[in-house]
Amino acid sequence: MAQEAPAEEKLLHVSVSPHLRDTVSVPKIMRSVILALTPALIWAVYIFGLRALWLVLVGMMSAVLTEAICQKIMGRPITVSDGSAVVTGMLLVYCLPPGVPFWMPMVGSAFAIAIGKQAFGGLGHNPLNPALLGRAFLLASWPLHMTTDWRAPAMGTMSGIDAVTNATPLAVLKEAHKVLADPVSTTEQVVQAREAVAQLSSSYGNLFFGNVGGSLGETSALLLLVGGLYLMFKRYIGWKIPLTFLGIVMILTSAFGGADGLFTGDALFHLLSGGLILGAFFMATDMVTTPVTFRGRLIFGAGCGVITSVIRLVGGYPEGVCYSILLMNAFTPLIDRWTRPKRLGEKGLRQE
Amino acid sequence: MIQDMPLPQRVVIPLHQHTGAPAQPIVAVGDEVKAGQKIGEAQGYVSVPVHASISGKVTAIEPHLHPLGGQLPAVIIEGDGRDTWLEQPGEARQTSQSDSKAMVEAIREAGIVGLGGAAFPTHVKLSPPEGKSIDTFILNGAECEPYLTADHRLMVENTEEIVAGAKIILNILNCHRGIIGIEANKPDALAAMRERTRQEKELEVVALQVKYPQGAEKQLIWAITKREVPSGGLPMDIGCVVQNVGTAKAIFDAVVSGKPLVERVVSVTGPIVKEPKNLRVRIGTLFEELIQQTAGTVENPGKLIMGGPMMGLAQVSSQVPVIKGTSGVLLIPTDQAVIPEPQTCISCARCVDTCPMKLVPTELGKLVQHSLFKEAEKLGVLDCMECGTCSYICPSKINLVHLFKFAKAKILSEKRKK
Repeated sequence: MAQEAPAEEKLLHVSVSPHLRDTVSVPKIMRSVILALTPALIWAVYIFGLRALWLVLVGMMSAVLTEAICQKIMGRPITVSDGSAVVTGMLLVYCLPPGVPFWMPMVGSAFAIAIGKQAFGGLGHNPLNPALLGRAFLLASWPLHMTTDWRAPAMGTMSGIDAVTNATPLAVLKEAHKVLADPVSTTEQVVQAREAVAQLSSSYGNLFFGNVGGSLGETSALLLLVGGLYLMFKRYIGWKIPLTFLGIVMILTSAFGGADGLFTGDALFHLLSGGLILGAFFMATDMVTTPVTFRGRLIFGAGCGVITSVIRLVGGYPEGVCYSILLMNAFTPLIDRWTRPKRLGEKGLRQE
Repeated sequence: MIQDMPLPQRVVIPLHQHTGAPAQPIVAVGDEVKAGQKIGEAQGYVSVPVHASISGKVTAIEPHLHPLGGQLPAVIIEGDGRDTWLEQPGEARQTSQSDSKAMVEAIREAGIVGLGGAAFPTHVKLSPPEGKSIDTFILNGAECEPYLTADHRLMVENTEEIVAGAKIILNILNCHRGIIGIEANKPDALAAMRERTRQEKELEVVALQVKYPQGAEKQLIWAITKREVPSGGLPMDIGCVVQNVGTAKAIFDAVVSGKPLVERVVSVTGPIVKEPKNLRVRIGTLFEELIQQTAGTVENPGKLIMGGPMMGLAQVSSQVPVIKGTSGVLLIPTDQAVIPEPQTCISCARCVDTCPMKLVPTELGKLVQHSLFKEAEKLGVLDCMECGTCSYICPSKINLVHLFKFAKAKILSEKRKK
């Protein structure tokens, strides 16, 4: 193993091979993730105001502080400089409504780090994505803040369409489908609902560029894609989870998402709205809590897609990305065990 | 260019230079020996003799620093500077190429081992047991590690002998399909080999994807034939034999001119070596003398390695001799010599994605860290060939290969006890 610097200049180091190491390190990966998330933050400040920046900073600081305090109490080395707590804080605030009071990112991040991460032993040992766990905790504890503190974007409407409503696009869709499915709806209500659905389907531009309401960092599909593709280019995330996740959501929402029977749903709308892009590229790809095997990652992404679609189409919440990833996180160890690759030469394994 | 290194004044020839039982000395202190004279006799089947690499006087037979670690018995010869050979290599010592048995015997007597680095006795690989027929012979021209260029140069400069050696091997194995695998980033070697084998119906040159570890036996066989060497088995189980190009050249020398293995090509290289060189070196020359042949280093070396950067062995001193398996002498600067402190695994799966044996290194590493050797064995830790890819790529700098080497040693010693 590594030895102390030699006392004499001429002494040689001796260690086990390999003698060269890649320059990629955990802090380097985390810095890249932060960089990849930055365009979406700038956009959030642009459409929601400086408040967005403060919320993110509060979330990050709370995460870092909590991590340092936990490690201090447990007598472990303080590793906040690896950047993982910063990423957790950042991601958590990205999935909060932009109008939440400042204590929410503070409490959420503290919970995410203390309970979601440090309680299990810190980085690498947490079974569930800490940021999503923090969000789930906030949603369960203060549902009113988490479902009503929306803000309309600076130049558009909350729902991305003209209909006067203070709901996110996904919530508008959910409401419309409820009306359409309800036999006691009046003709007028049905017409209105159909009008809303039609308008949603013509608002792709707003969804793609992010001129809609929604959680702080999730609005602009474009900027999140830029960040996600950058991480793919750096090979810090793979294509398997995002592709299967997005693909399955598109297939299922197209098949079962319409009010007029099979394959009348609007897959593109589902793809671009809500936290799907953010979740698929930045949360379902969290290294610690997702499978390590090739097939495992395909299964993980597909599972996330199925659960997200089920929640969006028949569940009580308009959005299901957060819970789908958390649920699949819980399956990760099992998936890894089921999908170990066949070793080279395992085929002809000699039975002893 | 491969450069002939000047004759060393003194050589240290370890009796243990190959996989298998060490040779026993058959000379005594004070004996005069000639170059090419046998000085150590093979012990058992998986073993080969060793030969004097220069002419001179045996001054000691004693333990000496060995590149595989520790001190091992070696014959030390003080040279007389005349380089007289026991018998001048030449036609007189030619072995009939129609008699496989005689050729295999000649190869064994010449002390030939795999020159890629593993140093496994070649005659064993060329003697498949009854009932195992070899339908594909693969000549390994994929350099086994980064930095090393000895095989590359050999293919360009000694094309003739290598091809002749390959034909001898085909003859011995009674095999009619020989494939020369060369990585695509060596166009000159590919061209030279293609040119030379144009008339050879039984030999074919294949350009291989450039990646590490392309030159590893199982990976090479898979890349060329899409056959998998069974876990715990040998290439001959699936009808394949692999030999390194350097070995083919040595086989040619042994069979055609009766010359034993007393020299080899060594890459002296590394990030801090000003003028990396490929030297043709007599076995037993000290590393220090090889390093002196180059224009020196830009800074004091932090680490001296025998072999390549991925699987090579770190040396405690430059006073170790070149042995048959020395493919390279690598010098690494101090800042790269220190292995970083390992951090926690973040399950990034980079090791899983790159493991050439398709193991799950992260999982195996955790099992070994918890001393769960049985479980690690079940998941194939014994299949690990210690190529170093997982340790190299790990962002948490976990010394995975170290763990696997430890586990393998542990498991194998348990097995021996039974």
